[in-house]
Amino acid sequence: MTWIHIAPAITVAFLGAFLASFVEFVEAATIVLAVGTVRGWRSALTGTALALAVLCALVLALGPALTQVPERALQLVVGLLLLLFGMRWLRKAILRGAGILALHDEDAIFRSETANLRLARTTARWGVDPIATVTAFKSVLLEGVEVAFIVIAVAAGGTGLLPTAAAGAAVAGVLVVALAIVVHRPLARVPENTLKFAVGVLISAFGVFWAGEGLGIAWPGQDLSLLALIVVMLAAGLAGVRIAGSVAARVAVRVEAR
Amino acid sequence: MMGALRTIFGELLGLFVDDGSLAVALLVWCAAVGATMKLAPGLPAAGSGVALLFGSVAILLVNVDRTAKLRMAKQ
Repeated sequence: MTWIHIAPAITVAFLGAFLASFVEFVEAATIVLAVGTVRGWRSALTGTALALAVLCALVLALGPALTQVPERALQLVVGLLLLLFGMRWLRKAILRGAGILALHDEDAIFRSETANLRLARTTARWGVDPIATVTAFKSVLLEGVEVAFIVIAVAAGGTGLLPTAAAGAAVAGVLVVALAIVVHRPLARVPENTLKFAVGVLISAFGVFWAGEGLGIAWPGQDLSLLALIVVMLAAGLAGVRIAGSVAARVAVRVEAR
Repeated sequence: MMGALRTIFGELLGLFVDDGSLAVALLVWCAAVGATMKLAPGLPAAGSGVALLFGSVAILLVNVDRTAKLRMAKQ
């Protein structure tokens, strides 16, 4: 197998893991910032550190277990999960892009979270506020599980992809933490829906590829066919925005005519 | 504790399933492509790939169209 055959999978694994992790880290950072701003940084960072410890334990426990699964079965299961995951993101990004669903608003989430945290009673124990710690813990754990799934799933189908996907997630994590420290407020200017659209396209294409491999489909050009799958998924996503947009426009015209 | 576990399980399920009908349709389509490959091994593998890809895309677009119509009807 030559470099030209495996380069698409490596590039898509890095990009997919980077973009998806970036979006997840931004969402977690909003909650941690809210907790830190309202209830203090000690509790926010304690919750974050605990969640990261649980995530590391999960990955260390489940990662080696995956190597015991036969390759074909693993490709099929991971492919199906990636397909469901990617299509879910793509569908939501399409509906948001067409104005059918409201856009994800980090500023609004930050305001609502800080308001809730201000209302909650302060019950500090050993210098740590349990409500604040649990809020940060839950947010980082839930978003972190998504990152761990993306990294493991994107890498599980092919040999040598794990370091690439992990590097993508790590770069995204460092970038978001650095931006959060510098800006010190929610990263609301990140074009989250565009990123989610791109992730949906990449992960769905990966899902079709691995699910196909798991079913026994020999894709022409091996990993190179990933590029064709991405182009088709991108076209489908753009067509989806047009379809949903035309539905919204038709309804708007009907409402105006009344 | 049970509440937290339920939340985490719900979030995990939510990773893959947002609109249940989309998830079910995709899984059924993949199973149908797999079953066809088993029952008719003479069919070209590239054809199965094309069917898997374009079937999944069609399921997504039909779902988007249906969801958009339902959402706009509610407004």
